Amino acid sequence: MSCLQSASQTAGPYVHIGCTPSVAGLKDMYGGYDLGADIFPPNVPGRRIVIVGQVFDGTGDPVLDAMLEFWQADSNGRYGANGPSGGWARRAVDADAGRYRLETILPAATGEEAAHVKVWVVARGINLGLHTRIYFEDEPQGQDPILASIKDPSRRSSLIAQRSGGDGYIFNIHLQGEKETVFMNV
Amino acid sequence: MSDIRPFNSQDMSLQPPALTLDYRSSRLRAPSHKLLSLEHGPGELTGPTFGHDVIGPNDHDLIINYAAPGAAAIGEQIMVHGHLLDENARPVPQVLLEFWQANAGGRYRHKKDGYLAPLDPNFGGCGRTLTDEKGYFSFRTVRPGPYPWPNGGNDWRPAHIHFSCFGQGWAQRLITQMYFEGDPHIPLCPIVQTIADPQAIDRLTALLDMAHTVPMEFRAFRFDIVLRGRTSTRFENKLEGN
Ligand SMILES: [Fe+3]
Repeated sequence: MSCLQSASQTAGPYVHIGCTPSVAGLKDMYGGYDLGADIFPPNVPGRRIVIVGQVFDGTGDPVLDAMLEFWQADSNGRYGANGPSGGWARRAVDADAGRYRLETILPAATGEEAAHVKVWVVARGINLGLHTRIYFEDEPQGQDPILASIKDPSRRSSLIAQRSGGDGYIFNIHLQGEKETVFMNV
Repeated sequence: MSDIRPFNSQDMSLQPPALTLDYRSSRLRAPSHKLLSLEHGPGELTGPTFGHDVIGPNDHDLIINYAAPGAAAIGEQIMVHGHLLDENARPVPQVLLEFWQANAGGRYRHKKDGYLAPLDPNFGGCGRTLTDEKGYFSFRTVRPGPYPWPNGGNDWRPAHIHFSCFGQGWAQRLITQMYFEGDPHIPLCPIVQTIADPQAIDRLTALLDMAHTVPMEFRAFRFDIVLRGRTSTRFENKLEGN
């Protein structure tokens, strides 16, 4: 027996009510704790890093209603090895400038795949959630199959977070236009 | 060890394209490049899981989960239930479903929603649950109202509930919407109509389920969701999957 996949529909402008209710103003919902606020349990080993960025539309305006989810390996390259939802986080971008901030640990490479954080982007106007990846400019990229398959250097650079001061990286997401981020059919 | 076979690819004939001119918000938010194909690695085959410890006892009851003690949300009381399956008709057990919706008047509890319908002080508009060991879920809520939205014309959303579905792997992540059988706005809505296949739209449309309707209390609606299934080929070096 087989069934047909359900179709996606946009998360709409109010996705934060359902997924990050305390950000949406429902302060006491679920005890005031939004799932995915912390990506790993405290004390998980690894180098602490902070990734910040903004989401932009095709005219370069910030997207103010996006929700981002992140999924990554730990500092040993293992997925899902640090508690049931360890390695997963979710962020509402801020309503002023479409900014996000993720405090995490640097993931390790897994097999041929260079160190990266997976990102899933939903918002009003996005009919099917968009998958991309954050690689790191100062980590070896070796034979990573995704990066190797992108021939255009400016396209490839859309997946690479730039080091910015101490433990910081900047990774912006451009949904459309000249700086369009590479998105993947996962 | 859990199942580690790759997932089937997305069936793009059933999914909405990124650029859908009649849904105006997609015009500046649709990537213009083709999506890059990707082999599934360990990170696509795994994903976060959530246990009963994160779910409160009233999280799946939107009629009371934001209400003052003893109070209830205003509106037609309904129960929505269904089966979370994959394409191989296997149940997807113990995964998180989240829902959000407008209140009975069609108004969201959100500072950007300026529709004139009043907020209901006893209705928050979100809920969540885990599927059970056989992939079933249910929750209680009030039937949401249709609402107007800015899309360049006289556009009204059919009554709908937004669903966020986790699966057993990152590749199965899905957000969609549930509509109600018989709603005359379904064929008129540019967001619904981003889906080209009318049968795929029908599968997002919940059916009145009199068999589970409780007399003098609430009506039931049935809504099944199908996530991508796993292929029949296993990873060569990890044969413990099934
Ligand atoms: Fe909506």
